[in-house]
Amino acid sequence: MIKRLLIILTLTAIAFGFYPLAWGVEDARQLSPLAAGYVENSVEELGTSNVVTAIVVSYRGLDTLGEVTVLFAAAAGVTLLMTSGNPERRKKRAASRGKDGKDGKDGKDGSEGGSDKARRQGSELLAAGAAFLFPIIWLFGIYIFIHGHLTPGGGFQGGVVIASAVLLIIFADCRQELGHTVLQLAEALSGAAYVGVGLLGLWMAAGFLDPRFLAAGEFGELFSAGAIPIIYSLIGIKVGAELTGIVDSLRRCS
Amino acid sequence: MSMLILILFGILILGGGIAALYIEDTVSAIVAAGVVSLLASLVYLIVGAPDVAMTEAAIGSALTTVVFLFAWSRIREAAETENEPFAEETPAVRNEERVGTEGKGQGRRGAGK
Amino acid sequence: MMTQIVLLIGFLLSLTGLWGLMTRRDLFRMIISFSLLDTGVHMIMVGIGYVKNGTAPIFDEALAPAGAVEKVVDPIPSALVLTAIVIGLAVTALMLSYAVRVYTARKSLSVEAVKELRW
Repeated sequence: MIKRLLIILTLTAIAFGFYPLAWGVEDARQLSPLAAGYVENSVEELGTSNVVTAIVVSYRGLDTLGEVTVLFAAAAGVTLLMTSGNPERRKKRAASRGKDGKDGKDGKDGSEGGSDKARRQGSELLAAGAAFLFPIIWLFGIYIFIHGHLTPGGGFQGGVVIASAVLLIIFADCRQELGHTVLQLAEALSGAAYVGVGLLGLWMAAGFLDPRFLAAGEFGELFSAGAIPIIYSLIGIKVGAELTGIVDSLRRCS
Repeated sequence: MSMLILILFGILILGGGIAALYIEDTVSAIVAAGVVSLLASLVYLIVGAPDVAMTEAAIGSALTTVVFLFAWSRIREAAETENEPFAEETPAVRNEERVGTEGKGQGRRGAGK
Repeated sequence: MMTQIVLLIGFLLSLTGLWGLMTRRDLFRMIISFSLLDTGVHMIMVGIGYVKNGTAPIFDEALAPAGAVEKVVDPIPSALVLTAIVIGLAVTALMLSYAVRVYTARKSLSVEAVKELRW
């Protein structure tokens, strides 16, 4: 009970601390000088129509590199926690699932099966729909991260869309093996290329991750804004591969 | 007009948040948390941050929910491989106070171990 | 007024999350509360960036780059929250896999079962 009282007191203290912040606030009339600077100069300096992209990829590009590193560390942690483990327990679990495993194989060979197998396999409708939708969703994800400098969206959103396309495949057939080599290669190569593009900026333009070593091009065109579409595509591939890895290592087949 | 919508979304969000904490069934609680994220993405859209809205809709309400559900089914699987019947409320201690679990949960599996 | 409402929603949501984080004894519920807290904090950050009658900071036919400073919302909180959401998912997945491991080791999701997590 004392604990509960302490919790309530803490929350009340936080609430009182926040009260003047929330109550005195009116809608801001103008941007802060820093934000105004970004909005005014991003078109001239970088040629992007999406200011948020300009900030994420270029002005605060180093932060994004750090963020992608954190994402990689977390994904590696998930994979480590879910795949390693007590070998004895795993053996036991494999033994107790031996019968199920054979069942699953049978279900894969013969497409018709009992209701139990059907549940394991995912329904016919889901499988056909997934096969039909997978390339379309994949294409949509690529569209989102290639157009990151023109429209809302970008590498992070596109990567998530790609990961959810893979998720659909997993739902349709849970025993589908993903190509781990491909995932690792995509993840590692895009990460290395990201740093490489950053170093190119250091060498040929003003600084690390400066996208202006390529021509700015026509404002509003797909191939414009220097290296920003390239960097955001690399981020998209990396995020997509990492999130796919997280989902893949957490999934479980019943 | 957009203010009214915001207030409505706010009420729904807070209701969803409380539901996510207090619904007994864990799967329903996960779905409630996903609904909170989805409504939050609409709020972001109203205050003029479409990039954030896209991210929140894709990650917060889709991937997070799925990751939660995968983890929950793994926990259930771990409970079933021990050949113990998995009651919906077994692994989780519902009551906030420790005294409460000791008082009520005599028949419960978790209390004995 | 809009800023105020969004701040209020975000603040109450993060208080809900904090409350759950402190009162629940179940690791799984604590992770759910953590994701609520996450969403609340993101909402506060986006709310701070709102400018009266502002639109999204994306230039097109309707929004010319010249004179756009008067019409757009602050892009910096959007950029920060964008990356924070993605990290939030990865960290949530990490916490969930930890919870799964705790369950396979101790056969219980309660924090009381893990000596190191008790307070």
